Amino acid sequence: MARADRPLSPHVGIYRWQVANTLSILHRATGVFLSIGALVLAGWLISVASGYQAYARVNEWLMGPFGALLLLGWTFCFFYHLCNGVRHLGWDIGLGFEKERARRTGWLTVAVSVVLTLGFWVVAFGSQGS
Amino acid sequence: MSLQSPLRRVMGLGSAKEGAGHWWAQRLTAIALVPLGLWFVFSVLGLDHGQYELVRAWIADPAHAILLLLLILALLYHSCLGLQVVIEDYVHGATKVATLISVQFAHVLVAVSSIYAIIVVSVGAGT
Repeated sequence: MARADRPLSPHVGIYRWQVANTLSILHRATGVFLSIGALVLAGWLISVASGYQAYARVNEWLMGPFGALLLLGWTFCFFYHLCNGVRHLGWDIGLGFEKERARRTGWLTVAVSVVLTLGFWVVAFGSQGS
Repeated sequence: MSLQSPLRRVMGLGSAKEGAGHWWAQRLTAIALVPLGLWFVFSVLGLDHGQYELVRAWIADPAHAILLLLLILALLYHSCLGLQVVIEDYVHGATKVATLISVQFAHVLVAVSSIYAIIVVSVGAGT
């Protein structure tokens, strides 16, 4: 095969931003952010084991404005990483590789993760009074 | 013609001779995390904004404790594998190795601490 016929990887400097590469880097970013979430989950579990006072401090922080904002971020990242992860598992077995289909499932992933996040928080706020 | 078996040819590939081990482990943990993650996220909704006694009782339930242990194992293994790839891509030189080692130690520490906490709450020790 002649040298020029080789497939080239995209030249990042002139690569136009589109759904595929945006969602790809978002998968990474959400994954890294969720790793920090795993740390907080561990801290939360340890605080439960440490007794009421330690737990109350952690829970107060999580329910406060900054904690709640982080939780909102983690729920969206969780649903997004989950949906896009399933998309990746599909690709692993050869499903949905066609350009148009990959684009459609990409947008679907965004829509489903936004809907799930909103649904989660509607239920969370709905149970406020109970 | 090669006398090597197909298995011999594919085993231990890659620069670290681990073959498809990393790739496969990441997929296995991903599949496990679909039900475990959804279960946890929707269970949290039932915890009445983290009321202490309710949370303790919820974790202490044997079925929940087992699922939580599985979640922690799969989550931290998956997180460790994922961060490893990110570090390998963006961190270079001696810092790379140091970062990789720190991240792996941190994951083991976090996993062991969480598992310990779940067991303590389950057996009713602590306060």
